[in-house]
Amino acid sequence: MESTIIKSIDYNAYFGDNHVVKNVNIEIPKNHVIAVMGPSGCGKTTFLRGINRMHELIPNATAKGKILLNNEDVMEMHPIFVRLKIGMVFQRPNPFPNLSIYDNVIAGYKLNGIKLPKAEKDQIVEESLTKVALWKEVKDSLTKKGSFLSGGQQQRLCIARAVAMQPEVLLFDEPTSALDPISTSTVEELFHELKKNYTLIIVTHNMQQAARVSDRTAFFYVGELVEYDDTKRMFTNPRDIRTQNYITGRFS
Amino acid sequence: MDTSSMDKDLITLSNASLGVISPVKTADSLKIRQRLRRSYRQIKTENVFRRVLVLMGWVMVVLVLGILFTLVLESVPSIRALGAGYLWGKTWDPVQDVYGAYPFLLGTLLTSFLALIISIPFSIAVAIFLGEYYPEGWLPNLLKNTVELIAAVPSVIYGFWGLAVLVPIVRGWETKLGVQPVGVGILSSSLILAVMIIPYAASLGRSMIQMVPSPLKEAAYSLGATRWEVIRSVIIPYTKSGLFAGILLSLGRALGETMAVTMVIGNTSIIPKNIFSPGNTMASVIANEFTEADKPVYLSALIELGLVLFLVTVVINMIGKRVISRFTNE
Repeated sequence: MESTIIKSIDYNAYFGDNHVVKNVNIEIPKNHVIAVMGPSGCGKTTFLRGINRMHELIPNATAKGKILLNNEDVMEMHPIFVRLKIGMVFQRPNPFPNLSIYDNVIAGYKLNGIKLPKAEKDQIVEESLTKVALWKEVKDSLTKKGSFLSGGQQQRLCIARAVAMQPEVLLFDEPTSALDPISTSTVEELFHELKKNYTLIIVTHNMQQAARVSDRTAFFYVGELVEYDDTKRMFTNPRDIRTQNYITGRFS
Repeated sequence: MDTSSMDKDLITLSNASLGVISPVKTADSLKIRQRLRRSYRQIKTENVFRRVLVLMGWVMVVLVLGILFTLVLESVPSIRALGAGYLWGKTWDPVQDVYGAYPFLLGTLLTSFLALIISIPFSIAVAIFLGEYYPEGWLPNLLKNTVELIAAVPSVIYGFWGLAVLVPIVRGWETKLGVQPVGVGILSSSLILAVMIIPYAASLGRSMIQMVPSPLKEAAYSLGATRWEVIRSVIIPYTKSGLFAGILLSLGRALGETMAVTMVIGNTSIIPKNIFSPGNTMASVIANEFTEADKPVYLSALIELGLVLFLVTVVINMIGKRVISRFTNE
Protein backbone atom coordinates (compact mmCIF):
# COMPACT_ATOMS: atom_id res chain seq x y z
CA MET A 1 0.00 0.00 0.00
CA GLU A 2 1.30 3.40 -0.86
CA SER A 3 0.55 6.09 1.68
CA THR A 4 -0.92 9.45 0.78
CA ILE A 5 1.21 12.47 1.70
CA ILE A 6 -0.85 15.29 0.25
CA LYS A 7 -4.56 15.38 -0.20
CA SER A 8 -6.57 18.37 -1.32
CA ILE A 9 -10.25 18.62 -0.50
CA ASP A 10 -12.40 21.05 -2.49
CA TYR A 11 -9.51 23.42 -2.94
CA ASN A 12 -10.41 26.73 -4.60
CA ALA A 13 -8.11 29.66 -5.31
CA TYR A 14 -8.96 33.18 -6.38
CA PHE A 15 -7.23 36.35 -7.56
CA GLY A 16 -9.75 38.96 -6.45
CA ASP A 17 -12.98 37.87 -8.18
CA ASN A 18 -11.15 35.65 -10.63
CA HIS A 19 -11.77 32.01 -9.78
CA VAL A 20 -8.53 30.35 -10.87
CA VAL A 21 -8.57 26.92 -9.27
CA LYS A 22 -11.93 25.19 -9.02
CA ASN A 23 -12.80 22.45 -6.54
CA VAL A 24 -9.65 20.42 -6.85
CA ASN A 25 -9.63 17.04 -5.13
CA ILE A 26 -6.41 15.12 -5.48
CA GLU A 27 -4.47 12.54 -3.54
CA ILE A 28 -0.73 12.42 -3.91
CA PRO A 29 1.12 9.26 -2.87
CA LYS A 30 4.43 9.40 -1.06
CA ASN A 31 7.72 9.04 -2.95
CA HIS A 32 6.17 9.50 -6.34
CA VAL A 33 6.68 12.03 -9.09
CA ILE A 34 3.46 13.79 -10.01
CA ALA A 35 3.31 15.88 -13.14
CA VAL A 36 0.78 18.68 -13.34
CA MET A 37 0.17 19.68 -16.91
CA GLY A 38 -2.26 21.81 -18.86
CA PRO A 39 -2.34 24.87 -21.05
CA SER A 40 -1.17 28.29 -19.84
CA GLY A 41 -3.41 30.10 -17.41
CA CYS A 42 -5.33 27.04 -16.32
CA GLY A 43 -4.43 27.32 -12.65
CA LYS A 44 -1.76 24.65 -12.34
CA THR A 45 0.91 27.00 -10.98
CA THR A 46 -1.65 28.62 -8.70
CA PHE A 47 -2.60 25.19 -7.35
CA LEU A 48 1.07 24.35 -6.80
CA ARG A 49 1.67 27.61 -4.97
CA GLY A 50 -1.41 26.89 -2.88
CA ILE A 51 0.18 23.72 -1.52
CA ASN A 52 2.94 25.59 0.32
CA ARG A 53 0.86 28.72 0.89
CA MET A 54 2.89 30.86 -1.50
CA HIS A 55 -0.34 31.78 -3.28
CA GLU A 56 -1.39 34.14 -0.52
CA LEU A 57 1.77 36.26 -0.87
CA ILE A 58 0.19 37.90 -3.91
CA PRO A 59 -2.09 40.82 -3.02
CA ASN A 60 -5.81 40.01 -3.42
CA ALA A 61 -5.16 36.28 -3.64
CA THR A 62 -7.44 34.08 -1.53
CA ALA A 63 -8.10 30.36 -1.20
CA LYS A 64 -10.76 28.04 0.19
CA GLY A 65 -10.83 24.36 0.97
CA LYS A 66 -8.31 22.05 2.57
CA ILE A 67 -4.89 20.79 1.68
CA LEU A 68 -3.79 18.02 3.96
CA LEU A 69 -0.14 17.25 4.52
CA ASN A 70 0.03 13.95 6.43
CA ASN A 71 -3.59 14.52 7.44
CA GLU A 72 -2.86 17.96 8.80
CA ASP A 73 -4.50 20.95 7.10
CA VAL A 74 -1.80 23.30 5.83
CA MET A 75 -4.37 26.09 5.68
CA GLU A 76 -4.46 26.01 9.46
CA MET A 77 -0.75 25.63 10.01
CA HIS A 78 1.58 28.61 10.17
CA PRO A 79 2.78 29.27 6.59
CA ILE A 80 6.39 29.26 7.77
CA PHE A 81 6.12 25.65 8.99
CA VAL A 82 4.30 24.64 5.84
CA ARG A 83 7.11 26.03 3.70
CA LEU A 84 9.74 24.30 5.82
CA LYS A 85 8.04 20.97 5.13
CA ILE A 86 7.20 21.66 1.50
CA GLY A 87 10.12 23.05 -0.49
CA MET A 88 9.84 24.85 -3.79
CA VAL A 89 11.87 25.32 -6.95
CA PHE A 90 10.91 28.10 -9.32
CA GLN A 91 10.65 28.58 -13.04
CA ARG A 92 13.76 30.72 -13.30
CA PRO A 93 16.80 29.76 -11.26
CA ASN A 94 16.87 32.24 -8.40
CA PRO A 95 19.97 31.70 -6.28
CA PHE A 96 20.66 34.61 -3.95
CA PRO A 97 23.11 36.70 -5.98
CA ASN A 98 24.85 38.15 -2.92
CA LEU A 99 25.57 34.74 -1.39
CA SER A 100 28.25 32.16 -2.18
CA ILE A 101 27.33 28.71 -3.44
CA TYR A 102 27.91 27.35 0.05
CA ASP A 103 25.75 30.01 1.68
CA ASN A 104 23.04 29.52 -0.93
CA VAL A 105 22.68 25.88 0.04
CA ILE A 106 22.31 26.65 3.74
CA ALA A 107 20.35 29.85 3.07
CA GLY A 108 17.23 28.28 4.55
CA TYR A 109 18.95 27.75 7.89
CA LYS A 110 20.46 31.21 7.80
CA LEU A 111 17.13 32.84 6.99
CA ASN A 112 15.42 31.04 9.81
CA GLY A 113 18.14 32.03 12.23
CA ILE A 114 19.20 28.43 12.90
CA LYS A 115 22.84 28.34 14.00
CA LEU A 116 24.64 25.15 13.13
CA PRO A 117 28.18 24.02 13.93
CA LYS A 118 30.54 24.29 10.98
CA ALA A 119 30.92 20.53 10.59
CA GLU A 120 27.18 20.04 10.36
CA LYS A 121 26.85 22.84 7.82
CA ASP A 122 29.63 21.32 5.72
CA GLN A 123 27.84 18.00 5.83
CA ILE A 124 24.49 19.49 4.80
CA VAL A 125 26.12 21.37 1.93
CA GLU A 126 27.96 18.32 0.66
CA GLU A 127 24.96 16.02 0.99
CA SER A 128 22.57 18.44 -0.66
CA LEU A 129 24.89 19.21 -3.53
CA THR A 130 25.60 15.51 -4.01
CA LYS A 131 21.89 14.79 -4.15
CA VAL A 132 21.51 17.23 -7.03
CA ALA A 133 24.67 15.96 -8.78
CA LEU A 134 26.39 19.31 -8.42
CA TRP A 135 28.99 18.49 -5.77
CA LYS A 136 31.69 17.37 -8.18
CA GLU A 137 31.26 20.43 -10.34
CA VAL A 138 31.38 23.05 -7.60
CA LYS A 139 33.27 21.50 -4.68
CA ASP A 140 36.33 23.63 -5.44
CA SER A 141 34.43 26.87 -5.87
CA LEU A 142 32.03 26.83 -2.95
CA THR A 143 32.98 30.37 -1.97
CA LYS A 144 32.15 31.78 -5.38
CA LYS A 145 28.88 33.60 -5.89
CA GLY A 146 25.99 31.40 -6.98
CA SER A 147 25.18 33.68 -9.88
CA PHE A 148 28.43 32.68 -11.65
CA LEU A 149 27.10 29.20 -12.39
CA SER A 150 25.39 28.28 -15.65
CA GLY A 151 21.60 28.30 -15.79
CA GLY A 152 21.33 24.56 -15.34
CA GLN A 153 23.79 24.54 -12.47
CA GLN A 154 21.95 27.44 -10.85
CA GLN A 155 18.71 25.50 -11.03
CA ARG A 156 20.34 22.48 -9.44
CA LEU A 157 21.74 24.79 -6.77
CA CYS A 158 18.19 25.97 -6.12
CA ILE A 159 17.05 22.37 -5.82
CA ALA A 160 19.92 21.73 -3.39
CA ARG A 161 18.82 24.75 -1.40
CA ALA A 162 15.31 23.31 -1.12
CA VAL A 163 16.62 19.81 -0.38
CA ALA A 164 18.92 21.12 2.37
CA MET A 165 15.90 21.93 4.51
CA GLN A 166 14.94 18.24 4.42
CA PRO A 167 11.37 18.82 3.36
CA GLU A 168 8.87 16.06 2.73
CA VAL A 169 7.54 17.39 -0.51
CA LEU A 170 9.28 19.33 -3.28
CA LEU A 171 7.26 21.56 -5.60
CA PHE A 172 8.65 22.42 -9.02
CA ASP A 173 7.11 25.24 -11.01
CA GLU A 174 8.15 24.58 -14.61
CA PRO A 175 11.68 23.91 -13.42
CA THR A 176 13.24 23.42 -16.84
CA SER A 177 11.43 25.98 -18.96
CA ALA A 178 14.35 28.40 -18.69
CA LEU A 179 17.01 25.75 -19.33
CA ASP A 180 18.71 24.33 -22.39
CA PRO A 181 18.03 20.70 -23.46
CA ILE A 182 21.16 19.27 -21.84
CA SER A 183 20.54 20.96 -18.49
CA THR A 184 16.92 19.88 -18.80
CA SER A 185 17.83 16.23 -19.09
CA THR A 186 20.23 16.52 -16.13
CA VAL A 187 17.44 17.94 -14.01
CA GLU A 188 15.02 15.27 -15.25
CA GLU A 189 17.44 12.52 -14.28
CA LEU A 190 17.56 14.09 -10.85
CA PHE A 191 13.85 13.60 -10.38
CA HIS A 192 14.29 9.83 -10.44
CA GLU A 193 16.94 10.08 -7.74
CA LEU A 194 15.05 12.57 -5.62
CA LYS A 195 11.84 10.58 -5.44
CA LYS A 196 13.57 7.99 -3.27
CA ASN A 197 13.51 10.52 -0.43
CA TYR A 198 10.90 13.04 -1.38
CA THR A 199 7.57 13.42 -3.07
CA LEU A 200 7.84 15.57 -6.17
CA ILE A 201 5.10 17.64 -7.72
CA ILE A 202 6.12 19.14 -11.04
CA VAL A 203 4.19 21.69 -13.03
CA THR A 204 5.17 21.46 -16.66
CA HIS A 205 4.10 22.76 -20.03
CA ASN A 206 6.01 20.03 -21.70
CA MET A 207 3.99 16.86 -22.28
CA GLN A 208 7.01 14.78 -23.21
CA GLN A 209 8.57 15.79 -19.92
CA ALA A 210 5.47 14.77 -18.02
CA ALA A 211 5.51 11.43 -19.81
CA ARG A 212 9.23 10.92 -19.20
CA VAL A 213 9.54 11.79 -15.54
CA SER A 214 6.27 11.22 -13.77
CA ASP A 215 4.49 8.28 -12.21
CA ARG A 216 1.19 10.06 -12.20
CA THR A 217 -0.15 12.96 -14.16
CA ALA A 218 -2.80 15.50 -13.33
CA PHE A 219 -4.36 17.38 -16.21
CA PHE A 220 -5.73 20.83 -15.45
CA TYR A 221 -8.00 22.70 -17.77
CA VAL A 222 -9.53 26.15 -17.07
CA GLY A 223 -9.05 25.74 -13.35
CA GLU A 224 -10.47 22.25 -13.11
CA LEU A 225 -8.69 19.00 -12.46
CA VAL A 226 -9.92 17.14 -15.51
CA GLU A 227 -8.10 13.88 -15.12
CA TYR A 228 -5.64 12.38 -12.69
CA ASP A 229 -4.22 8.99 -13.32
CA ASP A 230 -1.22 6.79 -13.85
CA THR A 231 0.96 8.57 -16.40
CA LYS A 232 1.25 5.65 -18.81
CA ARG A 233 -2.47 5.05 -18.76
CA MET A 234 -3.29 8.69 -19.26
CA PHE A 235 -1.04 9.07 -22.23
CA THR A 236 -2.13 5.87 -23.90
CA ASN A 237 -5.77 5.80 -23.00
CA PRO A 238 -7.13 9.14 -21.73
CA ARG A 239 -10.67 8.98 -20.37
CA ASP A 240 -11.73 12.58 -20.88
CA ILE A 241 -12.12 14.03 -24.37
CA ARG A 242 -10.34 17.25 -23.23
CA THR A 243 -7.32 15.27 -22.08
CA GLN A 244 -7.29 13.42 -25.36
CA ASN A 245 -7.47 16.66 -27.32
CA TYR A 246 -4.63 18.16 -25.32
CA ILE A 247 -2.39 15.14 -25.60
CA THR A 248 -2.95 14.84 -29.32
CA GLY A 249 -2.21 18.53 -29.69
CA ARG A 250 -5.63 19.62 -30.81
CA PHE A 251 -5.44 22.64 -28.51
CA SER A 252 -2.77 24.04 -26.32
CA MET B 1 -7.28 49.79 -53.00
CA ASP B 2 -6.08 53.23 -52.12
CA THR B 3 -4.32 52.22 -48.96
CA SER B 4 -1.92 49.89 -50.74
CA SER B 5 -0.78 52.61 -53.13
CA MET B 6 -0.36 54.92 -50.20
CA ASP B 7 1.75 52.35 -48.44
CA LYS B 8 3.94 52.15 -51.50
CA ASP B 9 4.26 55.93 -51.53
CA LEU B 10 5.24 55.92 -47.92
CA ILE B 11 7.86 53.29 -48.55
CA THR B 12 9.34 55.30 -51.41
CA LEU B 13 9.13 58.39 -49.28
CA SER B 14 10.84 56.83 -46.35
CA ASN B 15 13.52 55.43 -48.62
CA ALA B 16 14.01 58.91 -50.06
CA SER B 17 14.32 60.53 -46.68
CA LEU B 18 16.80 57.85 -45.71
CA GLY B 19 18.87 58.83 -48.72
CA VAL B 20 18.07 55.67 -50.66
CA ILE B 21 17.47 56.41 -54.32
CA SER B 22 14.52 54.54 -55.64
CA PRO B 23 12.70 54.69 -58.97
CA VAL B 24 9.55 56.78 -58.95
CA LYS B 25 6.59 55.92 -61.14
CA THR B 26 5.54 58.83 -63.37
CA ALA B 27 1.86 58.65 -62.44
CA ASP B 28 2.56 59.24 -58.79
CA SER B 29 5.61 61.40 -59.25
CA LEU B 30 3.97 64.81 -58.71
CA LYS B 31 2.26 63.76 -55.52
CA ILE B 32 5.42 62.15 -54.27
CA ARG B 33 7.51 65.19 -55.09
CA GLN B 34 5.15 67.32 -53.02
CA ARG B 35 5.45 64.92 -50.17
CA LEU B 36 9.20 64.87 -50.48
CA ARG B 37 9.31 68.64 -50.24
CA ARG B 38 7.25 68.40 -47.12
CA SER B 39 9.54 65.78 -45.67
CA TYR B 40 12.65 67.89 -46.43
CA ARG B 41 11.02 70.69 -44.50
CA GLN B 42 10.40 68.32 -41.62
CA ILE B 43 14.03 67.28 -41.64
CA LYS B 44 15.03 70.93 -41.47
CA THR B 45 12.81 71.64 -38.45
CA GLU B 46 14.12 68.48 -36.88
CA ASN B 47 17.68 69.72 -37.30
CA VAL B 48 16.90 73.15 -35.87
CA PHE B 49 15.11 71.55 -32.95
CA ARG B 50 18.06 69.30 -32.25
CA ARG B 51 20.47 72.22 -32.38
CA VAL B 52 18.35 74.18 -29.89
CA LEU B 53 18.35 71.21 -27.51
CA VAL B 54 22.12 70.77 -27.77
CA LEU B 55 22.60 74.49 -27.17
CA MET B 56 20.41 74.40 -24.06
CA GLY B 57 22.40 71.48 -22.76
CA TRP B 58 25.70 73.27 -23.27
CA VAL B 59 24.34 76.42 -21.61
CA MET B 60 23.78 74.39 -18.45
CA VAL B 61 27.30 72.97 -18.51
CA VAL B 62 28.82 76.39 -19.18
CA LEU B 63 26.76 77.87 -16.34
CA VAL B 64 28.02 75.40 -13.77
CA LEU B 65 31.61 75.73 -14.99
CA GLY B 66 31.16 79.51 -14.93
CA ILE B 67 30.05 79.43 -11.33
CA LEU B 68 33.06 77.32 -10.43
CA PHE B 69 35.34 79.66 -12.37
CA THR B 70 33.92 82.73 -10.59
CA LEU B 71 34.31 81.07 -7.21
CA VAL B 72 37.94 80.20 -7.93
CA LEU B 73 38.71 83.64 -9.39
CA GLU B 74 37.15 85.53 -6.51
CA SER B 75 38.87 83.29 -3.97
CA VAL B 76 42.32 84.12 -5.31
CA PRO B 77 42.92 87.15 -3.03
CA SER B 78 42.01 85.11 0.03
CA ILE B 79 44.06 82.10 -1.09
CA ARG B 80 47.03 84.43 -1.69
CA ALA B 81 46.68 86.19 1.64
CA LEU B 82 45.85 83.22 3.84
CA GLY B 83 47.22 80.13 2.09
CA ALA B 84 46.24 76.62 3.07
CA GLY B 85 46.18 77.54 6.76
CA TYR B 86 42.79 79.05 6.02
CA LEU B 87 41.18 75.61 6.23
CA TRP B 88 42.35 74.79 9.74
CA GLY B 89 42.59 78.29 11.18
CA LYS B 90 40.55 78.20 14.37
CA THR B 91 39.69 81.89 14.62
CA TRP B 92 37.39 83.87 12.40
CA ASP B 93 37.72 87.55 13.28
CA PRO B 94 37.13 89.90 10.36
CA VAL B 95 37.85 92.96 12.52
CA GLN B 96 41.42 91.71 13.08
CA ASP B 97 41.59 90.33 9.52
CA VAL B 98 41.97 86.77 10.81
CA TYR B 99 40.12 84.19 8.77
CA GLY B 100 40.05 80.54 9.77
CA ALA B 101 37.39 78.28 8.29
CA TYR B 102 37.78 75.44 10.78
CA PRO B 103 34.81 76.35 13.04
CA PHE B 104 32.50 76.37 10.04
CA LEU B 105 33.89 73.21 8.51
CA LEU B 106 33.34 71.54 11.85
CA GLY B 107 29.87 73.09 12.17
CA THR B 108 28.86 71.88 8.72
CA LEU B 109 30.15 68.36 9.26
CA LEU B 110 28.66 68.12 12.76
CA THR B 111 25.18 69.29 11.78
CA SER B 112 25.10 67.24 8.58
CA PHE B 113 26.26 63.95 10.05
CA LEU B 114 24.12 64.35 13.15
CA ALA B 115 21.15 65.06 10.89
CA LEU B 116 22.02 62.00 8.84
CA ILE B 117 22.14 59.77 11.91
CA ILE B 118 18.79 61.09 13.11
CA SER B 119 17.12 60.76 9.71
CA ILE B 120 18.39 57.32 8.64
CA PRO B 121 16.02 55.22 10.79
CA PHE B 122 13.06 57.24 9.55
CA SER B 123 13.97 57.25 5.89
CA ILE B 124 14.82 53.53 5.81
CA ALA B 125 11.60 52.70 7.64
CA VAL B 126 9.55 54.78 5.22
CA ALA B 127 11.36 53.20 2.26
CA ILE B 128 10.67 49.67 3.50
CA PHE B 129 7.07 50.45 4.37
CA LEU B 130 6.33 52.00 0.98
CA GLY B 131 8.54 49.73 -1.08
CA GLU B 132 7.75 46.34 0.42
CA TYR B 133 4.89 46.34 2.89
CA TYR B 134 2.28 48.58 1.31
CA PRO B 135 3.28 49.72 -2.18
CA GLU B 136 -0.33 50.49 -3.12
CA GLY B 137 -3.45 51.90 -1.51
CA TRP B 138 -4.65 55.24 -0.20
CA LEU B 139 -2.63 55.26 3.00
CA PRO B 140 0.74 54.53 1.31
CA ASN B 141 -0.12 57.12 -1.35
CA LEU B 142 -0.88 59.68 1.31
CA LEU B 143 2.37 58.86 3.09
CA LYS B 144 4.35 58.98 -0.15
CA ASN B 145 2.94 62.37 -1.10
CA THR B 146 3.47 63.72 2.40
CA VAL B 147 7.08 62.61 2.39
CA GLU B 148 7.61 64.21 -1.00
CA LEU B 149 5.91 67.38 0.28
CA ILE B 150 8.56 67.59 3.00
CA ALA B 151 11.07 68.26 0.23
CA ALA B 152 8.84 70.91 -1.33
CA VAL B 153 8.35 73.09 1.76
CA PRO B 154 10.52 76.25 1.47
CA SER B 155 13.40 76.04 3.89
CA VAL B 156 12.65 79.44 5.45
CA ILE B 157 9.45 77.88 6.76
CA TYR B 158 11.45 75.15 8.45
CA GLY B 159 13.56 77.91 9.94
CA PHE B 160 10.48 79.61 11.32
CA TRP B 161 9.08 76.40 12.66
CA GLY B 162 12.45 75.66 14.21
CA LEU B 163 12.62 78.98 15.97
CA ALA B 164 9.01 78.90 17.14
CA VAL B 165 8.67 75.24 18.17
CA LEU B 166 11.91 73.30 18.13
CA VAL B 167 14.22 75.83 19.79
CA PRO B 168 12.02 76.15 22.93
CA ILE B 169 11.82 72.34 23.15
CA VAL B 170 15.59 71.98 22.85
CA ARG B 171 15.97 74.76 25.43
CA GLY B 172 13.79 72.67 27.75
CA TRP B 173 16.08 69.66 27.30
CA GLU B 174 19.12 71.84 27.92
CA THR B 175 17.66 73.17 31.17
CA LYS B 176 17.01 69.61 32.33
CA LEU B 177 20.51 68.50 31.38
CA GLY B 178 22.06 71.51 33.07
CA VAL B 179 23.73 72.94 29.97
CA GLN B 180 23.47 76.60 29.17
CA PRO B 181 19.91 76.91 27.86
CA VAL B 182 20.30 78.72 24.55
CA GLY B 183 18.06 76.52 22.41
CA VAL B 184 19.64 77.58 19.17
CA GLY B 185 22.69 75.56 18.16
CA ILE B 186 24.05 72.45 16.50
CA LEU B 187 21.37 70.10 17.85
CA SER B 188 18.45 72.28 16.75
CA SER B 189 19.94 72.64 13.28
CA SER B 190 20.53 68.90 13.01
CA LEU B 191 16.95 68.13 13.99
CA ILE B 192 15.59 70.55 11.38
CA LEU B 193 17.98 69.17 8.78
CA ALA B 194 17.03 65.60 9.62
CA VAL B 195 13.40 66.35 8.82
CA MET B 196 14.34 68.14 5.61
CA ILE B 197 16.50 65.34 4.21
CA ILE B 198 14.22 62.37 4.98
CA PRO B 199 12.49 62.46 1.55
CA TYR B 200 15.74 62.09 -0.43
CA ALA B 201 16.87 58.83 1.09
CA ALA B 202 13.28 57.60 1.53
CA SER B 203 12.12 58.00 -2.05
CA LEU B 204 15.31 56.62 -3.59
CA GLY B 205 15.26 53.74 -1.14
CA ARG B 206 11.62 53.03 -1.95
CA SER B 207 12.23 52.75 -5.67
CA MET B 208 15.29 50.55 -5.10
CA ILE B 209 13.33 48.25 -2.79
CA GLN B 210 10.54 47.96 -5.35
CA MET B 211 13.14 46.85 -7.88
CA VAL B 212 14.12 43.74 -5.90
CA PRO B 213 13.02 40.89 -8.20
CA SER B 214 10.11 38.98 -6.71
CA PRO B 215 11.64 35.53 -7.54
CA LEU B 216 14.35 36.35 -5.02
CA LYS B 217 11.88 37.26 -2.33
CA GLU B 218 9.83 34.17 -3.14
CA ALA B 219 12.92 32.00 -2.92
CA ALA B 220 13.35 33.17 0.65
CA TYR B 221 9.66 32.78 1.47
CA SER B 222 9.68 29.25 0.07
CA LEU B 223 12.47 28.37 2.51
CA GLY B 224 10.28 29.40 5.39
CA ALA B 225 11.55 32.91 5.92
CA THR B 226 9.33 35.44 7.66
CA ARG B 227 8.76 38.88 6.22
CA TRP B 228 11.30 40.41 8.56
CA GLU B 229 13.84 37.78 7.55
CA VAL B 230 13.17 38.46 3.87
CA ILE B 231 13.69 42.17 4.44
CA ARG B 232 16.84 41.63 6.47
CA SER B 233 18.46 38.87 4.43
CA VAL B 234 17.26 39.54 0.88
CA ILE B 235 15.98 43.09 0.43
CA ILE B 236 18.54 45.01 2.49
CA PRO B 237 21.61 43.21 1.08
CA TYR B 238 20.24 43.53 -2.44
CA THR B 239 19.51 47.25 -2.10
CA LYS B 240 22.29 48.30 0.23
CA SER B 241 24.21 50.28 -2.35
CA GLY B 242 21.00 52.03 -3.38
CA LEU B 243 20.14 52.86 0.20
CA PHE B 244 23.69 54.09 0.70
CA ALA B 245 23.42 56.31 -2.37
CA GLY B 246 20.16 57.78 -1.07
CA ILE B 247 21.86 58.56 2.23
CA LEU B 248 24.78 60.19 0.40
CA LEU B 249 22.39 62.36 -1.62
CA SER B 250 20.64 63.48 1.52
CA LEU B 251 24.04 64.24 3.04
CA GLY B 252 24.77 66.47 0.06
CA ARG B 253 21.50 68.24 0.70
CA ALA B 254 22.26 68.65 4.40
CA LEU B 255 25.74 70.08 3.74
CA GLY B 256 24.42 72.85 1.56
CA GLU B 257 21.19 73.75 3.36
CA THR B 258 21.39 77.42 4.28
CA MET B 259 18.28 79.26 5.33
CA ALA B 260 16.80 76.96 7.97
CA VAL B 261 20.21 76.32 9.50
CA THR B 262 21.12 80.00 9.58
CA MET B 263 17.94 80.71 11.50
CA VAL B 264 18.44 78.17 14.28
CA ILE B 265 22.17 77.60 14.63
CA GLY B 266 22.98 80.67 16.72
CA ASN B 267 25.57 82.20 14.39
CA THR B 268 28.72 82.40 16.47
CA SER B 269 32.12 81.89 15.00
CA ILE B 270 33.43 80.03 18.02
CA ILE B 271 34.31 76.35 17.69
CA PRO B 272 31.31 74.38 19.07
CA LYS B 273 32.15 72.54 22.29
CA ASN B 274 29.28 70.06 22.18
CA ILE B 275 26.09 69.46 20.23
CA PHE B 276 24.22 72.02 22.32
CA SER B 277 26.60 74.88 21.52
CA PRO B 278 25.64 77.50 19.03
CA GLY B 279 27.84 77.60 15.97
CA ASN B 280 27.88 78.31 12.27
CA THR B 281 28.05 76.28 9.09
CA MET B 282 29.84 77.32 5.92
CA ALA B 283 26.52 78.12 4.30
CA SER B 284 25.16 80.08 7.26
CA VAL B 285 28.30 82.21 7.56
CA ILE B 286 28.08 83.17 3.92
CA ALA B 287 24.40 84.02 4.23
CA ASN B 288 24.96 86.04 7.39
CA GLU B 289 28.13 87.94 6.62
CA PHE B 290 28.13 88.40 2.89
CA THR B 291 26.44 91.81 3.06
CA GLU B 292 28.78 93.02 5.82
CA ALA B 293 31.99 92.02 4.07
CA ASP B 294 33.54 95.46 3.66
CA LYS B 295 37.12 94.39 3.02
CA PRO B 296 38.34 92.64 -0.14
CA VAL B 297 40.01 89.82 1.78
CA TYR B 298 36.94 89.33 3.97
CA LEU B 299 34.73 89.02 0.89
CA SER B 300 37.22 86.75 -0.78
CA ALA B 301 37.48 84.56 2.33
CA LEU B 302 33.70 84.10 2.29
CA ILE B 303 33.78 83.19 -1.38
CA GLU B 304 36.51 80.67 -0.71
CA LEU B 305 34.22 79.16 1.89
CA GLY B 306 31.64 78.87 -0.88
CA LEU B 307 34.20 77.19 -3.10
CA VAL B 308 34.99 74.60 -0.42
CA LEU B 309 31.29 73.93 0.10
CA PHE B 310 30.74 73.65 -3.64
CA LEU B 311 33.52 71.12 -4.04
CA VAL B 312 32.45 69.04 -1.06
CA THR B 313 28.83 68.79 -2.26
CA VAL B 314 29.90 68.05 -5.83
CA VAL B 315 32.11 65.20 -4.64
CA ILE B 316 29.40 63.78 -2.37
CA ASN B 317 26.85 63.96 -5.19
CA MET B 318 29.20 62.37 -7.68
CA ILE B 319 29.88 59.44 -5.39
CA GLY B 320 26.14 59.05 -4.81
CA LYS B 321 25.34 59.06 -8.52
CA ARG B 322 28.15 56.60 -9.22
CA VAL B 323 26.79 54.20 -6.65
CA ILE B 324 23.26 54.50 -8.07
CA SER B 325 24.34 53.90 -11.64
CA ARG B 326 26.44 50.92 -10.63
CA PHE B 327 23.42 49.59 -8.79
CA THR B 328 21.00 50.05 -11.67
CA ASN B 329 23.42 48.60 -14.23
CA GLU B 330 23.98 45.39 -12.34
